[in-house]
Amino acid sequence: MLDSHTMKPKNTPPRKPMDFRQVLQQYGGIIALLVLFVFNAIFTPNFLTLQTLNINLTQVATIVIVGVGMTLVIATGGIDLSVGALMAISGALAPLIFLNSHFEGTVVGNVLSMVLPILLAGLFGLFNGFLITRFQIQPIIATLILFIAGRGIAQVMSDGKLQTFTNASFAELGQGKWLGIPIQVYLMVLVVAVAMYVLRSTVFGRQVVSVGGNERASELAGIPVRRVKLWVYAISGLLAGLAGLIVIAVNSSSDANQVGENMELDAIAAVAVGGTLLEGGKATILGTLIGALIIQLIRYTLLAQGVPDAVALVVKGLIIVGAVALQKERRN
Amino acid sequence: MQSLLKQNGALVALVVLFVFASLRYNGFLSEYNIESFFRYNAMFGLIALGMFFVIITGGIDLSVGSMAAFASVIAALMSPHGLLAAVLVPVLLCAVLGLLNGLVITRLKVMPFVVTLGMFLIARGLALIASGQQTVLLSSEGGVGDLGQGDFLGFPIPAWMLLVVFVLGAVFLVKAPYGRFALTIGGNEEAARLMGIPVEKVKWLVYTLSSALAGLAGVILATQFSAGQPNEGMGWELTAIAAVVVGGTLLTGGRGSVINTLIGVVLLGMIFTVLNFENGLGHININSYWQTVIRGLFLLAVVLLQSPNARIKLNLKMKTT
Repeated sequence: MLDSHTMKPKNTPPRKPMDFRQVLQQYGGIIALLVLFVFNAIFTPNFLTLQTLNINLTQVATIVIVGVGMTLVIATGGIDLSVGALMAISGALAPLIFLNSHFEGTVVGNVLSMVLPILLAGLFGLFNGFLITRFQIQPIIATLILFIAGRGIAQVMSDGKLQTFTNASFAELGQGKWLGIPIQVYLMVLVVAVAMYVLRSTVFGRQVVSVGGNERASELAGIPVRRVKLWVYAISGLLAGLAGLIVIAVNSSSDANQVGENMELDAIAAVAVGGTLLEGGKATILGTLIGALIIQLIRYTLLAQGVPDAVALVVKGLIIVGAVALQKERRN
Repeated sequence: MQSLLKQNGALVALVVLFVFASLRYNGFLSEYNIESFFRYNAMFGLIALGMFFVIITGGIDLSVGSMAAFASVIAALMSPHGLLAAVLVPVLLCAVLGLLNGLVITRLKVMPFVVTLGMFLIARGLALIASGQQTVLLSSEGGVGDLGQGDFLGFPIPAWMLLVVFVLGAVFLVKAPYGRFALTIGGNEEAARLMGIPVEKVKWLVYTLSSALAGLAGVILATQFSAGQPNEGMGWELTAIAAVVVGGTLLTGGRGSVINTLIGVVLLGMIFTVLNFENGLGHININSYWQTVIRGLFLLAVVLLQSPNARIKLNLKMKTT
């Protein structure tokens, strides 16, 4: 029923103050989130427990962290298909460091295994940005290269084998808790908060949005377009690196074939559902957070209600297209 | 020499690779190898042609891989009813889904990227639902399997299909009004609209065509492996996009050639074959991590080779608008 409302042709005069449809478009994300929450609170047993909350937050954390980077990239009018592969690279490198005989069990080893993989992923992100800015290669193709080769690099690094490990201090990253809340949730909140601050209150944040809004005009206005773009792809890489570490810490194992699989889709979906314009020029980090939460809650709800995965895929596809259609209409 | 390289980078690379491989590997020019090459790569060729028509309008179709998986399942389910049903039903079903892509893109004005990403998930879901999440065996009666495995005049049937479709595609692009419209729309959609070109209809057509060809590729997949495969086709959309780009078509639309797309398909396929020869005896080798890396590096090389071209084009576009 709601759909028939949102799919009306756009030439109806929309200027009445806040009719039903406008409310839906303005606060659609939050409303959807509330509806899902209330539905689960009533129909899903044990939904309102700290454990369920933690499960959902834990699963959504990596999508949000990668999604924040994707939001910045998309705000400049680009796209980053390589994030999943970069997660696999970072996930493959970390155990190589802390399992190395020189570093095993040392603090230095643990610190290096958290810092170096993130930096390496950031370097690969920089490489994406370099292709896009220096050689004017379209972002979808430039990042497609690492989408293909990146997973291969991760497999070469780990020899394609599943690396299992027991490393209590590294595993804290994915399994540890502080005041009853998982560590990666704090990381997620931190990333979201910093990104919101950067976008709203720093020169760089404004430049990101400006570049996406009108690249040519930004260039004429003296904005260092190339440098801005380089940075957003580097940041996207860094955040993907962090997400890769979290994934392997959660599992206490690293599988280069699987870490970050389909993450680019989830991240793009979260950004799109969250209301960031996919052609650039606008960005909402909070929207991406809400978008990721919606996708996660839908997945959880369908699972809890015993709906098969296959049907869940169809529902997810419809929701992504529907959400962007709604966002499109809001702008027109 | 330099402009030859830039304009025909893919062709030059293809010739170099071909000469290199036939000198280095004994079995490379064997009848078996050539035949299996075309039998296998025909699927990618069909998908790449559909993708080509979508891309020259300035769009993209991410749903083709899932679509092929969906079609392979339907083909297997239809195979007891004979060859005609096993081909027509999946291709038509995919065409309908493709039309749906086109309708949402034009009517709701949602970007092709998002719409076909949604369809990517939907078609995969449909494939899994229709198959009950497992491979569906193809019925051996009615000669359905011959489509993928059989020969005609000593040449694999999928290769014939590829040839026919590409000739039709080339003629369509150059001679048919809608083919030229597709190029015009990619060049400048607003101008095309003002010229009275039926932009929406052309878009419906290209997305329908792309899905129908993906469906046909799915039918070949099912007949070749004697089963419908709901989990196959992962990443095929990217292979197809890569083939189109390697063939020199701009992702921004408005320019491209059918023949070069075919060259792109053959080139990517040949890289894969050569890498397999390097690792074994021309069979798909499991220990293939380096292959993935090399494929990526190769894509990088071709893209870089073509980038100065792309830059000039982009600059021109910016200045004229």
